[in-house]
Amino acid sequence: MSKDYSRYPHQYPDATGHFGEFGGSYIPPELQVEMDKITKAYLTISKTQRFIEELRSIRTHYQGRPTPVFHADRLSELVGGAQIYLKREDLNHTGAHKLNHCMGEGLLAKFMGKKKLIAETGAGQHGVALATAAAYFGLECEIHMGEVDIEKEAPNVIRMKLLGATVVPVSFGLKTLKEAVDSAFQAYLKDPVNSIYCIGSVVGPHPFPMMVRDFQAVVGIESREQFLEMTGELPDVVCACVGGGSNAMGIFSAFLNDPVRLVGVEPGGRSLNLGDHAATAAFGKPGLIHGFKCYLLQDEQGEPAPVYSIASGLDYPGVGPEHSQLKDEERVSYGIADDRETLDAFYQLSRIEGIIPALESAHAVAHATKLAKEMEHGSILVNLSGRGDKDLEFVTETYGFNMEEAEQKLSL
Amino acid sequence: MELAHELHNRLEQKPILLMTHLVLGYPSLEDNRLVIEQMAANGVDCIELQIPFSEPIADGPVILKANQDSLETGITVEQCFTFAREMADRFPQVCFLFMTYYNIVYAQGEETFLGRTREIGLWGTIIPDLPPEEGQSYLQLSRELGLAAITFFTPTSTSARMEEVAGQGNGFVYCVARKGVTGKQTELDSSIEAYLKRCKGATALPLAVGFGISSRADIDRLTGMAEMAVIGTATIKLVDEQGPGAVGPFIAGLLAGSCQPAAE
Repeated sequence: MSKDYSRYPHQYPDATGHFGEFGGSYIPPELQVEMDKITKAYLTISKTQRFIEELRSIRTHYQGRPTPVFHADRLSELVGGAQIYLKREDLNHTGAHKLNHCMGEGLLAKFMGKKKLIAETGAGQHGVALATAAAYFGLECEIHMGEVDIEKEAPNVIRMKLLGATVVPVSFGLKTLKEAVDSAFQAYLKDPVNSIYCIGSVVGPHPFPMMVRDFQAVVGIESREQFLEMTGELPDVVCACVGGGSNAMGIFSAFLNDPVRLVGVEPGGRSLNLGDHAATAAFGKPGLIHGFKCYLLQDEQGEPAPVYSIASGLDYPGVGPEHSQLKDEERVSYGIADDRETLDAFYQLSRIEGIIPALESAHAVAHATKLAKEMEHGSILVNLSGRGDKDLEFVTETYGFNMEEAEQKLSL
Repeated sequence: MELAHELHNRLEQKPILLMTHLVLGYPSLEDNRLVIEQMAANGVDCIELQIPFSEPIADGPVILKANQDSLETGITVEQCFTFAREMADRFPQVCFLFMTYYNIVYAQGEETFLGRTREIGLWGTIIPDLPPEEGQSYLQLSRELGLAAITFFTPTSTSARMEEVAGQGNGFVYCVARKGVTGKQTELDSSIEAYLKRCKGATALPLAVGFGISSRADIDRLTGMAEMAVIGTATIKLVDEQGPGAVGPFIAGLLAGSCQPAAE
């Protein structure tokens, strides 16, 4: 291990939001003034006992935490090799890990006296979680979402509307997550005094990558304790899918200082040609997007590349700055699961364990089964970051009800 | 010559300078050429040539769309350089600057990008998402090359921050006149006088006031308080609605009566 993580997470980022050469704050000065206010508020308010106690109470009584760690016995037996354990973030209220940081951000907004939460969403998970937080705290909520994703993730759009949020369709560019971020930023800049921007992952300018990670750290803290109690030892591998990387940072953060192999799983999409995947850490090079430096899929001119994944929540051309640093330090390795492997895991986990995973999380499961086969024994803890209800219609209509049907569709 | 000097020289001839902006490749380089011809013919002092980027986080919806439409046509950074060289050669009376987002510079490498910017005869660069804290090498290189590196003031900047920022840039200081992104709101904020006074107190560099100026009255109001008025989205909207031919009369109208030598 090259770096010292003994006081993690306090060591990273530095005071100006840098994780090594990554992160920072590449934004216009008007926006910087607001970011400075959020940073200052976060660093003071979130350390007060009042804030901590309220958030803990929310975690227990509202979110239903801690979520369990579950030994996927039948899957492990079927796959052979290492034992696979699942951190059941799909059982977190609203069905994904996203609520962990949304409740934190909502609580911060309340303490700061903000009236409105603004964010983008890809798969709709972050949007639903933020709309939930807004409803809980009695705040207004405005969610920006690409038209392509609105179509694909209809149930989440309905949820957001039921929760009282305004869903703003984004109709330019590829009409997915990247454009939704642009649109949400624009909306936030119109009224930064009364509103607060709640980014959906460990991305964006300082302090978001730090703040979202800190609110997601509960996943790692819980699962480390749970795993120790269940097995008497630490897992050999911790594995999580990475789009922007919030669920992965959440679970990794508790294990950085342990002799545990950490594996992020990126979407390999249709192929490894630029435009067909979103494997940013694997194929990107350093660049800037949405106010921070990170590995970025881009063309030789510096224009962010179009990206694709079967999972709407993973198709982002950048990746969290801390992931970028952890990759450079080789503390975390980044694997790839393509659409086919992901679908296979999606169907398999549903049949074998009775757990329908989100397509995002199915990437992590897919890669974990590959790792399990390679390992003769040992254990892999997978962050099952969300449940698949939102994907049911899309998957069954596009690919059918099992892998045999899906193979036919995929070979077309 | 260094840009600040050039601007001060020009200010001996007229009370306020004018900077315009366009997005390269929107709607086409051919239209850009027609627009620039008219801007130059009507006495525009500086022109920002924006190299399109798909995530222009400091720009409002009008310029955002122009960026994305331009990219859809397949324009390249190389074409922008070639075009900028042509313009700089043809219109030596205009000070051209590149405006773009930092990843475009970063992808090419600061040294290459700035070196070539100097070589083709541009006066400097405006990179709105590169604060001085992150842009130390960019600022240093710009100084070495004699290129203007434009820094920003905003109404929410403290005076101490203004002094700190202005001390690091050169050419002029871009004063954001209103809250938020470009192209919004139509009236100059009433507190602009106090704000520009604060700006003036923080730097000896010329002040360019931008983000939303669209009328002759706006420019008259600025005269005496700032050295340069910046027209952004107004000309883009004009080209959208009436075609490139409308730009000349619009600029002429903005400057009519304000081009006399300063009363001294």
